Amino acid sequence: MTIEQTSLRAGRPRARGTAARVRATALGLLGLVAVAVIWEVYKVFGPDDGVVVAGHRILPRTTDLAMPHVWEMVARLLGPTTSQAGAAPLWLTVAQAALVSLGIAAVGWVVGTVVGIALGVLMQMVRVAEHGLLPWVVLSQTVPLIAFAPVLKNWGAQIEVGDWRWPQWLSVAVIASYLAFFPVAVGMLKGLQSPPRTHLELMHTYDAGRWATLVKVRLPAAVPYLLPALRLGVASAVVGTVVAEVSTGFMDGIGRQLVSFAGQASGDPAKAWAPIFGAVVLGLVAAGLVGLIGLALRSYRRGEAT
Amino acid sequence: MSKHETTAPAVRATGIGKTFDTKAGPVQALTDVDLEVAAGEFVSLIGPSGCGKSTLMRLVADLDGPTTGRLEVFGKSPAQARQDQDYGIAFQQAGLLPWRTVADNIGLPLELHRMDRSARAARVAELAELVGLTDFAGSYPDQLSGGMQQRVAIARSLAEQPRLLLMDEPFGALDEMTRERMQTELSRIVAETGAAVVFVTHSIPEAVFLSDRVVVMSPRPGRITTLISTGIGPGVVRDEQLRETTGFFEKVTEVREALHGAPVGSSAREGR
Ligand SMILES: Nc1ncnc2c1ncn2[C@@H]1O[C@H](COP(=O)(O)OP(=O)(O)OP(=O)(O)O)[C@@H](O)[C@H]1O
Ligand SMILES: [Mg+2]
Repeated sequence: MTIEQTSLRAGRPRARGTAARVRATALGLLGLVAVAVIWEVYKVFGPDDGVVVAGHRILPRTTDLAMPHVWEMVARLLGPTTSQAGAAPLWLTVAQAALVSLGIAAVGWVVGTVVGIALGVLMQMVRVAEHGLLPWVVLSQTVPLIAFAPVLKNWGAQIEVGDWRWPQWLSVAVIASYLAFFPVAVGMLKGLQSPPRTHLELMHTYDAGRWATLVKVRLPAAVPYLLPALRLGVASAVVGTVVAEVSTGFMDGIGRQLVSFAGQASGDPAKAWAPIFGAVVLGLVAAGLVGLIGLALRSYRRGEAT
Repeated sequence: MSKHETTAPAVRATGIGKTFDTKAGPVQALTDVDLEVAAGEFVSLIGPSGCGKSTLMRLVADLDGPTTGRLEVFGKSPAQARQDQDYGIAFQQAGLLPWRTVADNIGLPLELHRMDRSARAARVAELAELVGLTDFAGSYPDQLSGGMQQRVAIARSLAEQPRLLLMDEPFGALDEMTRERMQTELSRIVAETGAAVVFVTHSIPEAVFLSDRVVVMSPRPGRITTLISTGIGPGVVRDEQLRETTGFFEKVTEVREALHGAPVGSSAREGR
């Protein structure tokens, strides 16, 4: 392979990709502006008490308490967290909490992904495992997270190995991984089973064993199935982290902040929105990081095009 | 080719039968097939759709087992021949791995059999040159035309210098012009490597042009009806002029008559 061809091949999709990415970013920003405009327009023209149909409010109140102005929310982010002297700006407090949650979600996602991939491979390699495991994998997701969280926290609190004690955040990460492994395991299995018979028979003619077939054919073929599963997994991990933080009473993350700032909403309505923005950004960053994996593996996605 | 010297024929099939058990009942794909392909010989299988050509090829490749009869590849069982990598195979679909470049697709068998990196690169370059794809070594299969993909598959099947090539309608999806060019290229490549070839095709001129012998098969149940020597030996250069000769036309007519079941039954099983 000559250098010229290599750069040609790598260069063309990237050039196209840059234009597409600029357009996507512009559209994204436009969407953000549109949401802000709709918010303010509704606030001006909507009735104070919202829109009530047959006793149900289908559109929210437009009071400053329920819907602060966009600029108030932004200004509040820049202001101090509390009225105490020397308090950190609100955006920093929120960002710190979001980072803690991102870290926990990342641990949960990595563990869930590793377990999911391992389960997928196991189920593909061992027929019996597929029949024995798949129903349980599916069933596992019907166990409600909220019921699960306090129990897990209590179990964790009893674990002590020498000087090491089970930290509370680990319970949250375990719950996140519990939610994240499912789409990965199912997507992985489907991807590993996706190669056409011709590819498998070709490997047979080369007298390639199961392991070589797995590495050279099944795993690469699984990538297009794995990437959307990873995206689903990371979304599950983030939601799982936030919810599990609330239900285990973990204090440092964005989940707890959502609850406690909402409690202060009557006196400081704009503040309650800060951790909501934090959670949204957290989700976007997590999804973006997984998107990078897709970028790194893009040559394995050629199968999608043909 | 001195390195391919062997006393055992490339393929020896005796009384081969193959029955598939399907939900609708047993399907007899092959019955009583006797065939011998000498080392270095080019043999084409031709016959109507469903007469068991692919099935016969899959039996030789050890992708399936015969129900009855004996099958030997270079004097060994097909499974042993497969383990020894005695044959290279090209299917009707190119069957390239879409995430691998042309070079990496050609080098797949070498990689699997742990040829070291530099030797592999050299061999892949040689093969790419052989099929005229040097400039596309870094391209991906979806960037190639169907004919180019087929050439990659052919290069891949040649990678380990097999003594036997199994090709199932490798040019089936190509236009007539590309097809004729590929035929010329294939005959050149085979002449260079000295491999025996079992070649499945639906094209009578293609079979006659390429082969030393043409095997005509009939369906339900699939069996060999006629063996026709083309009289064009392995030494003959197969070029465009050959297609214009009267000898060529006569053989094309002979194969066509055999296919259509004209009374040439007396010549059946000739040459065995
Ligand atoms: N795996 C299978 N299960 C059941 N029947 C099969 C199977 N493979 C082939 N057959 C049957 O065996 C017969 C021969 O099939 P085969 O594919 O060998 O035909 P062919 O000569 O290659 O046809 P074509 O020219 O269309 O490729 C057909 O009747 C087919 O339905
Ligand atoms: Mg066939």
